[in-house]
Amino acid sequence: MKSNDDTSKQIEDVAGNGLVHRRLFLTGGATLLGSMGLLSAMPASAAPLEIPPWMKAPGAHMSPYGQPSKYEQHVQKIVGGTPGVVGSGVSFTPLEKLHGTITPNSLHFERHHSGIPDIDPDQHQLLIHGLVDRPLTFSMNALMRYPTVTRIQFLECSGNSGRNLNPEPQQAPLGALHGLVSCSEWTGVPLSVLLDEAGVKPGAGWVLAEGADAAAMSRSVPLEKMMDDAIIALYQNGERLRPGNGYPMRLFLPGYEGNMSVKWLRRLKINAAPTMTRDETSHYTDVLLGGKAKILTFPMGVKSLITSPSSGLSLGQPGLYEVTGVAWSGGGKIARVEVSADGGQSWGEAALTEPVLSKAFTRFRMAWRWNGGPAILKSRAIDESGAVQPGRDELVGVYGQRNNYHNNAIQAWGIAANGEVSNVFA
Amino acid sequence: MSLHKLIGFLAFSILTACSISEDIIGDINEDISGPGLGQPISEADLAPWDISIEPDGSGLPAGRGTVSRGEALYNAQCLACHGQEGGGQPHDRLVGGHGTLDQLQQVRTIGSFWPYASTVYDYIRRAMPFNTPQTLNNDEVYSLTAYLLYLNGIIEEDDVMDAISLSEIRMPNEDGFIMAYPE
Repeated sequence: MKSNDDTSKQIEDVAGNGLVHRRLFLTGGATLLGSMGLLSAMPASAAPLEIPPWMKAPGAHMSPYGQPSKYEQHVQKIVGGTPGVVGSGVSFTPLEKLHGTITPNSLHFERHHSGIPDIDPDQHQLLIHGLVDRPLTFSMNALMRYPTVTRIQFLECSGNSGRNLNPEPQQAPLGALHGLVSCSEWTGVPLSVLLDEAGVKPGAGWVLAEGADAAAMSRSVPLEKMMDDAIIALYQNGERLRPGNGYPMRLFLPGYEGNMSVKWLRRLKINAAPTMTRDETSHYTDVLLGGKAKILTFPMGVKSLITSPSSGLSLGQPGLYEVTGVAWSGGGKIARVEVSADGGQSWGEAALTEPVLSKAFTRFRMAWRWNGGPAILKSRAIDESGAVQPGRDELVGVYGQRNNYHNNAIQAWGIAANGEVSNVFA
Repeated sequence: MSLHKLIGFLAFSILTACSISEDIIGDINEDISGPGLGQPISEADLAPWDISIEPDGSGLPAGRGTVSRGEALYNAQCLACHGQEGGGQPHDRLVGGHGTLDQLQQVRTIGSFWPYASTVYDYIRRAMPFNTPQTLNNDEVYSLTAYLLYLNGIIEEDDVMDAISLSEIRMPNEDGFIMAYPE
């Protein structure tokens, strides 16, 4: 049996301003916590227990399609639109109200360029043509007979977190700042199977993907990516896609900016070069200081967010808290996540929750003893390629404050002495 | 069974079990093949869906358009969203902004930012007018393209736009982009 002294050594502070070793929650009992002064003042005694009314009569009948508890109705997406343009806009995942790594389908973020089309699957077709031996169309019934793969992967809008490039930090819930990212289990047909069936000709290098929405939203995708891990997604978290996420089928490109995973996919044209559509030239290009713009910037950079505590939330009494969040990278698996409670002067390594999957949300956790004073919490992710999540100053130094895309900067949350959490640039 | 044989049998069983489990669990992606249910379609029959235009002008259809016809169409169908002479408000500004890309208040328009003229034709044809997309005929799309290029100082008032003249246009900011793929 370990003595308290042995355990104390394992759970000593690992970084400044109260970050405690991640094994604290695994090895530390309440007695130990108390002996280390980690618990709040002893809570008042609980009230006598009573039998609640829902145990004194049978409950409700089942429903054919489940709904969240009425007490959870506040867990909603934040829907933003463009005034006067029906259907064009975004809805944000409320990341601060969710846990784990899978986003429920009803709360997956959406970005539409001309609304959600009402597509009859019996009339929908996928066309593959261009530099192929045999132009082909596929009905939904045909596609449903193809072999599938299933993977858990994130999807992030290239414009996610753009609000943090404003000169001053905006005060809004985490989801409204960073909620254009979600993570699901996607099931679909590998694109390589369909492209092999059509027979890609020599000289092909790019594939134009086009949606069946009223914007015929279209993007050019490298053929190499299409043959690697691209799928025609048919199912999301086990059920058919929702209309807002591309029903009856969407392209899904793991790790690439969300706009390229074209929803309501109707056409793939194999070309020699990129088509240079409106959504890969005038938009979704990254303007640098000096005025030049990077074009065809596809992978989403390594990134992490502390979801709790986060802006708009409030801490209670000083004492022990779990700092937790999600990390992801278009470059592969998350290798490590570091957390700071002193604005980045010192960092401690957070625990990663298994499974750690490539191009998927990875949940991290860190124990923090809040002493009731001001603090600045940050998280910094590093992926398996060695890419390190940059600070906001680094990105602003390259792009200035006008680039709307690919903002993977470290988020800082300011903790005030009264426990209120706010968005800060630090 | 002798001890020697028993050990050999057990070793074989373990090896077999391992190789089977790997076959079952492995991520299927390579060497997968489908049932071959794609239906062949001729180029003529797929043409109504083949609406994309490449930067070299390939894909541009027959037809022609003028600045004056484009102005009339613009004022009837586009002005409410994009403002007088493409000046913007309530939605995207389409004209002007030259020389602003290195400033904090950038104005990114067709004239100041878009690298290829083909994209103007492609985007109008696929997505505009916002509430009635894919209703304009080829001549109308050429005319609107001509008007917007004229407002941006890229062509003259009496220039005619067709598949050849449009594909010869070089946009002012074509060299303003840095290819990021492959990195």
